[in-house]
Amino acid sequence: MSVRGRVAIVGAAETDRLGVIPDCSALQLHAEAARNAIRDCGIDRREIDGFAAAGQSPVAVAHHLGLVPRWLDGTAIGGCSFLVHVRHAAAAIAAGLCQVVLITHGESGRSRVGAAPRAADPASPGGQFEAPYGVAGPPTMFPIGVLRYMKTFGLTHEQLASVAVAQRKWASRNPRALKREPITVDDVLASPLIAYPMHLLECCLVTDGGGALVLTSAERAAAMGLQKPPVYVLGTGESAEAPMVSMMEDFTTSRAFRVSSAGAFAEAGIAPADADHLMVYDAFAHLPIYGLEDLGFVGRGEAGAFIAEGSTEPGGRLPMNTNGGGLSYTHTGMYGMFAIQESVRQLRGEAAAQVPDVEVSVVQGVGGMFMSAATLVLGTAATL
Amino acid sequence: MARKPVPRPTPETQPYWDGARAGELRIQRCTACGDHYFYPRPLCPRCGSEAVEWVTASGRATLHSYVINHRPAPGFENEAPYAIAIVQLEEGPRMMTNLVGVQATPEQLVLDMALEVAFQDREGTCIPVFRPAGAAR
Repeated sequence: MSVRGRVAIVGAAETDRLGVIPDCSALQLHAEAARNAIRDCGIDRREIDGFAAAGQSPVAVAHHLGLVPRWLDGTAIGGCSFLVHVRHAAAAIAAGLCQVVLITHGESGRSRVGAAPRAADPASPGGQFEAPYGVAGPPTMFPIGVLRYMKTFGLTHEQLASVAVAQRKWASRNPRALKREPITVDDVLASPLIAYPMHLLECCLVTDGGGALVLTSAERAAAMGLQKPPVYVLGTGESAEAPMVSMMEDFTTSRAFRVSSAGAFAEAGIAPADADHLMVYDAFAHLPIYGLEDLGFVGRGEAGAFIAEGSTEPGGRLPMNTNGGGLSYTHTGMYGMFAIQESVRQLRGEAAAQVPDVEVSVVQGVGGMFMSAATLVLGTAATL
Repeated sequence: MARKPVPRPTPETQPYWDGARAGELRIQRCTACGDHYFYPRPLCPRCGSEAVEWVTASGRATLHSYVINHRPAPGFENEAPYAIAIVQLEEGPRMMTNLVGVQATPEQLVLDMALEVAFQDREGTCIPVFRPAGAAR
């Protein structure tokens, strides 16, 4: 069964503020995002009968909101969880398990208000086989294969830095982006080393914020009298690789990216060349490089030069991470929700840095440190 | 200074940590498909067989990839910047480790350089680490 075109995103919104929000708990960030997404589509909240969230228990968030769910998804596999929720919700709506699904994200990643502690269980695989080696958060784990990629394909430090430069160009057009001042490759390479070969400007921001989505069937969306056009779910995919980055099959490519995107493109019936717009979850500067290659937008080893020559910048042939990405827009910890939000804005024609004539947008999410992945192919009514 | 993390073995991984205590790097091998694998678990991730055995690895490895961490984890404050590496064992599997007996600089840490296992005592648990092959002990 394919759900292509049968389900639409009708509501999409972020929290009023993004960045540093010390006066809001993580739970309340979920609630604020939910309120905004419900307002965005104008639905009566009592019509929401399906609910999904990650970061906080979906039970806790649903109760906080006063919802009575008949369908729940608490899939929590890292920052791509919300893409997975969209996939599962689309299937559930198409199967008739529920009618209207609300998906929320809220994270006090910067201020840590009402946020769960970060601690590795010393008996877990990561606690036994990675933590003893002094890993200190994602910067020490996520990029651990970058030097192997550089040796294999000849990627240069300058090309890697150009990822951050390209995204800052998008962010400079976006008043909601946290970092907007233009930067150069030299600026990136002169920023402090966090974990060689990664410099500060090649690592994502750490922020507070949230976002939410409302999904329903295409038929119901058509009958809702929406102010904004529905965004249709054309194809979806999900996968997982390893709970520890050190166990990746190949440090120059993400198996989970390849599996999830192949499924999404097949269901949507499109090829990468058919996409007008791309979001690749960029916790670090190397992720868009892996994403471009693993999704098939460019050949293996070609993504560094592709980005460095401006292909993904404003005016380039493949606009990518047009909100500024996790590197310059916002990154609460589980950024995937914000990648979806930007894709929806581009398809609706309401983005801060709007790309002309976006009909098909691809969103690639990642969870953990290449632990999991999910892909969405979204489109306007013209793609049905 | 904070303590470095100490692993807590599970029944499935206990032989690995017992091996380290004895100065051996013990990994597993599937007797059905012949594959060596890491991390320890009682079924072959390649073919699913439960006919697996413990073997002592040669301890020889090559440097597959790494980062040099400038923001130390608790307990590592006196060592920063330090290398967190992926090494490829002679038998095939890869694992995370630290590099010792060599400066943590891009010039000294050349991918594919030959390494050998060593063990660091940490509160009674021995942690496998790697050093350049043939380095003075």
